Amino acid sequence: MAERRIRVLIAKPGLDGHDRGAKVVARALRDAGMEVIYTGLRQTPEMIAEAALQEDVDVVGLSILSGAHMALVPRVLELLRQNGQDHVKVFVGGIIPDEDAPRLLEMGVHAVYGPGTLTDDIVKDIRQAVLGTEGE
Amino acid sequence: MTAAEHIATQVLEGNRLALSRVLTFIENDQPEGREALKALFPHTGKAHIVGVTGAPGTGKSSLVNRLAYFYRHPPEGDPKRVAIVAVDPSSPFTGGAILGDRIRMRDLAGDPGVFIRSMASRGALGGLARTTAGLVQALDAAGFDIVFIETVGAGQAEVDVARLAHTTLVVEAPGLGDDVQAIKAGILEIADILVVNKADRPGADATVRALTEMLKMAHPSQETIMHHGQRMVVEVGTRRADAPLWVPPVVRTIAVENEGIADLAAAIARHRAHLQETGEWQIRDRVRLQSELENLLRDTLMQRWRATVSTDLYRATLEQVFSRRLAPSDAVAQLLDHASVAPN
Repeated sequence: MAERRIRVLIAKPGLDGHDRGAKVVARALRDAGMEVIYTGLRQTPEMIAEAALQEDVDVVGLSILSGAHMALVPRVLELLRQNGQDHVKVFVGGIIPDEDAPRLLEMGVHAVYGPGTLTDDIVKDIRQAVLGTEGE
Repeated sequence: MTAAEHIATQVLEGNRLALSRVLTFIENDQPEGREALKALFPHTGKAHIVGVTGAPGTGKSSLVNRLAYFYRHPPEGDPKRVAIVAVDPSSPFTGGAILGDRIRMRDLAGDPGVFIRSMASRGALGGLARTTAGLVQALDAAGFDIVFIETVGAGQAEVDVARLAHTTLVVEAPGLGDDVQAIKAGILEIADILVVNKADRPGADATVRALTEMLKMAHPSQETIMHHGQRMVVEVGTRRADAPLWVPPVVRTIAVENEGIADLAAAIARHRAHLQETGEWQIRDRVRLQSELENLLRDTLMQRWRATVSTDLYRATLEQVFSRRLAPSDAVAQLLDHASVAPN
């Protein structure tokens, strides 16, 4: 009877109002059988970490188009750690300059996705990160 | 102390991460979840459980957001601790789900007196998930004074929430149907309080009128022992024979403008007082526990039976049904004859 579903929080930190990409990814993850908690626009890192805690998610996906990723992402990572959620995998998508991506990965981000990323690849990466396998 | 007892103790001490983990264990029907619920069960029975149901788009999430905020910032008295379980549908094809109720609940962010948990229905049909009752028990034990259960956007028959809640709000919005909708059986019958949300929209007066008329007909003066439209056999009834009947009020709200929320909270408080004065509170408690026990019993019997019947026999019997050689009722008899439903 036990049923386990990958739970993902998709959040948009910061002030940009473009959530098309976040919604496309949310929909793709849903179609891959995941449970996606979607929290909407203009979330602070505190709101995101709190939602991740209450929802006990496996993955947090951050969509950032504003350029503020070098400030927002480390804050989210720090809050997750403070809350005892070190196991949560953080993915970042949006407009991230090439030179910033490696720095985000160093901080502990699992993967960084730019425009043109195939949603199938995101699904595979998440399954690999959470379940240790790309299959269902 | 087992690991499950340890985490249950943490939940009772107010550890939010432990609570969140326990909710997951329960939702996934893991042994740790069942063990934790055993340890938490003696601490349940204190929270006021409020169900919120209604068609998609009537504003259930916005209303719950405003109500929870009201209880956190009451004009008088102490703030209450509020938990919210928000259920959204799972895809029948992939099992995936988008859980979007938190979008409307951002006013509650950063408040340690609030805990919001989203749930996918995972194939259950009554408007809740199979394990919603378990999550509510854990939140009750964790000391939340009010636990809101927001159902999936419900049509006419998703009435399970009434068996789980002390107080059921049915949320309507103007323009969703003519007055025949109001006299159909089902969701309106389970309402303890009817809410006409978006009451600034055209047609609000007509909706309020139709619902009020419906209520007059649905509540004749004669007394009947009905629990939420279900004739449930309650082992011990404690309802006083001369207790007054509750006639569901119709409350107008505009959730996004924060209008009518105090009236709605007052109606909820009146209903709670009514339940306690009439003994109905205990009856509902017993009905809920009996119904949860029966669900658990059914699931357990099914699992035990599955463990005793061979896959070959099951497949062979199914084939006989597929080829129309065996009627389903005879197939059930055949499958049960070959298995004894005993502890494994």
